[in-house]
Amino acid sequence: MIRFFKKKQTPKFREDHIYKVRNSKKYSNFEDIRFVALDTETTGFDYENDRILCIGAIAIKNNKILVSDAIEIYVKQDVFNKETVKIHGIRKNGSEEKLSEEEAIVKFIEYLDDAVIVAHHTAFDVTMINMALKRLNVGPLESKQLDTNYIHKKIAKTDTYKKIFSLDELCEIYNVKMHDRHTALGDALITAYLFLKQTAKYKKNNALNLFDLINTNYHLLK
Amino acid sequence: MKNTISERIFDFLKNYPPFNLISNATLLEVSQKVEIQYFEKDQIIFSQNDNPHEHFYIIYQGSVRLYRFVENEKHILDICDEGDLFGLRPLIMNENYVMGASANEETILYGIPIVLFHDIILNYPKVSQFLIASFATNTRDPFSEKHKGKLFANVSAIQKIDNSFAEIQSANYNRKPITCSSDTSIQTACIIMTKNIINSIIIIENDIPIGIITDKDIRTKIGTGLYKITSNVNEIMTSPVVTFPQNISVAEAQIMILKHKVSHLCITKDGTNKTALVGILTQQDLILTQGNNPSLLIKEIKNAKDTETLKHIRTKASELTKGYLEQEIPIYFVTKVISEINTAITKKAIRLSVSEIGKEPPVKFSWLALGSQGRKEQLLMTDQDNALVFENVTPAEYNGVKNYFMELAEKVTEKLNMVGFDYCPANIMASNPKWCISLEEWEQQFEEWITDPIAEKILLSIIFFDFELVSGDETLYNKMAESVFKTIEKNLIFLSFLGKITLDNPPPLGFFKQFLVEQDGENKDSFDIKSRAIRPLVDAARILSLHHNLKINNTIERYEKLMEAEPQNRDLFESCANAFKILLQFRTSQGLANNDNGKFVDINSLNKADRLKLKSCFKPIKNVQEAIKLRFKTSQIPQI
Repeated sequence: MIRFFKKKQTPKFREDHIYKVRNSKKYSNFEDIRFVALDTETTGFDYENDRILCIGAIAIKNNKILVSDAIEIYVKQDVFNKETVKIHGIRKNGSEEKLSEEEAIVKFIEYLDDAVIVAHHTAFDVTMINMALKRLNVGPLESKQLDTNYIHKKIAKTDTYKKIFSLDELCEIYNVKMHDRHTALGDALITAYLFLKQTAKYKKNNALNLFDLINTNYHLLK
Repeated sequence: MKNTISERIFDFLKNYPPFNLISNATLLEVSQKVEIQYFEKDQIIFSQNDNPHEHFYIIYQGSVRLYRFVENEKHILDICDEGDLFGLRPLIMNENYVMGASANEETILYGIPIVLFHDIILNYPKVSQFLIASFATNTRDPFSEKHKGKLFANVSAIQKIDNSFAEIQSANYNRKPITCSSDTSIQTACIIMTKNIINSIIIIENDIPIGIITDKDIRTKIGTGLYKITSNVNEIMTSPVVTFPQNISVAEAQIMILKHKVSHLCITKDGTNKTALVGILTQQDLILTQGNNPSLLIKEIKNAKDTETLKHIRTKASELTKGYLEQEIPIYFVTKVISEINTAITKKAIRLSVSEIGKEPPVKFSWLALGSQGRKEQLLMTDQDNALVFENVTPAEYNGVKNYFMELAEKVTEKLNMVGFDYCPANIMASNPKWCISLEEWEQQFEEWITDPIAEKILLSIIFFDFELVSGDETLYNKMAESVFKTIEKNLIFLSFLGKITLDNPPPLGFFKQFLVEQDGENKDSFDIKSRAIRPLVDAARILSLHHNLKINNTIERYEKLMEAEPQNRDLFESCANAFKILLQFRTSQGLANNDNGKFVDINSLNKADRLKLKSCFKPIKNVQEAIKLRFKTSQIPQI
């Protein structure tokens, strides 16, 4: 019986996460919202079998990218896919200081605080994180989420209903220099630039508020 | 936290001043605190009179327009490029923005927190010196013509630091400050000040400085009747005083004085206003510390006993030039000062040579400066161009006299070379037997040049027509000048030939308003500012002066005289004079920055504002060349 209760008990980081997101007072004022541009490097694209190698994230507040508020977490690997090493360059026993999956996820969620997640193909990164949470017997992220791909579709003049834009394509369209492509934090920064440029454009034809932005994200809408 | 992004920012910042002057550890710390901001074209970054932000900015991508409203009229002050800094001064001075800034195109800025920078300014004298230089070029006159493009991208100021110790040397302050107690009457204090010939007095209590009275307080508080002369000093003193520890450097003192807007700093035992006063540092003390002042240099030249000393003084004069340019002293004044110094050096070199020979000159002679030296436009160490004229002598005496002056000239040119004036590659020097001749021979030479104008002779004569007396007999010099004017008057066609030759340097803009750059060779893609921009203006001034019999050499003076001689062309000549001033200043600062004669300008190294400034000088060139073409009917002259 005791064991059963223990298993059911929610860990503190999870409780904090839910509390912060549900009680945040910042969402109504765009300038106050802390956005976190996120990118994960993974061993592959299989939600069940692949694992997160690295989480990179950087905060945006009041149209400013805050370099001091960034995080780069490397995760120790049990599962390893040598094919993707070519892309992200993170080896199984690389020199970066690495955390266990649990430590990494807890650290990330504490960093996340009440922030709104911004990513490119957000569903992928968030699902990878949720799968890691699931392995810890913890429920999924409750953070609000935006996707640069869908924000673009809202702004783009042409009918792009079916088209899925790659990060490279958006960089081309929005004239964002691609530095450190395929490092988690590098891609997070690129996503942050995209987000700044997109919101600047979005603002011209729409009142900028979080809930309208979230509505661009029909795919992620539950 | 160190990460991929902060490393990337570090790599960017370390290429630009003043970040290239601070240690890697400190710079990394700065890089980690950067805020990245994005602005769309024409979006305002801050407006004039806004409260200062917590960050100042460096442009990562794009460009930023700085502007200022004066009586509701917008003046664009500058266009800043990638790597340029802006918005710093108000943060240090704690004042509102004196100008507005907006994105000139899509722009990404790095915002750097000013809190981090306060410590850096104190810990890195080079940084504060850089900032002072940047502020100085911009505070004195925000609309000044020349240096406004240098808002913070003042690269020459950085290079200055490497070879000058003035900013890190400790400031000389007065170790015996005049003081009084707080119950002293203002009148008594004024009597003490007057007796000691000083403009300030410090009020102390138990040796600790509690306040200061300066001449200004007497003027604004007593002179206006606000306080009585019989009041005690503590009623009008400025308190607390700005204090600093004893080992203050010049740069720190400058920053303190700038920051607190005071003219006096109290030096105390531990640097706070809680310990005993040990001295006072005034703005004048700072100026003296830095002062290589010109009259001092001339005096030193007069006392110099050998060439090494002359060389040392000439190096100091170069420092002076840099300082003047940074302080935006008018170029006209700078050239005068430098010419005076060069003249003094040449005179000294002649005197030293005469005493080496051990025999006074057998007859009267004049030492003449030619070319840019003759026009008193020489700011940098360029080649020697000189000549010698001696009195007419009988054929029997001639050889002995000529030999004497040849020996003298050789010694003088040798000394000048040691001082740093390179030998003239074309051998236009007094040590060349062709240019060390009697008055009679000079008159024949001029006649030959003027009556038989072939291309190479004209080019040669141009150099000689700008001759100026440096040392020796004035009558000889005047007679030479008269013979030139007389011969030209009889052969007016010569001016047409001269015009034709001088028009061979077309205005320096090509198709699409591109700079005409050198096509090949060592200086490929550089702009030859001397041949393409400065020389056409010099040539035009010369030919017009010869036309009007104006016996002056200096190009600016020539244009000023021409403005009087031809009131109908006043605007044209004025624009030429202005363009010339800017170009000369440009060449000089380029030369100082690159440690060469400044002849070639690397177009790619210029920021947009400097390019625009250069281009604006080309129009007067075109106009004055058109005028010469018409006036001297150069089209009727066959190809020469």
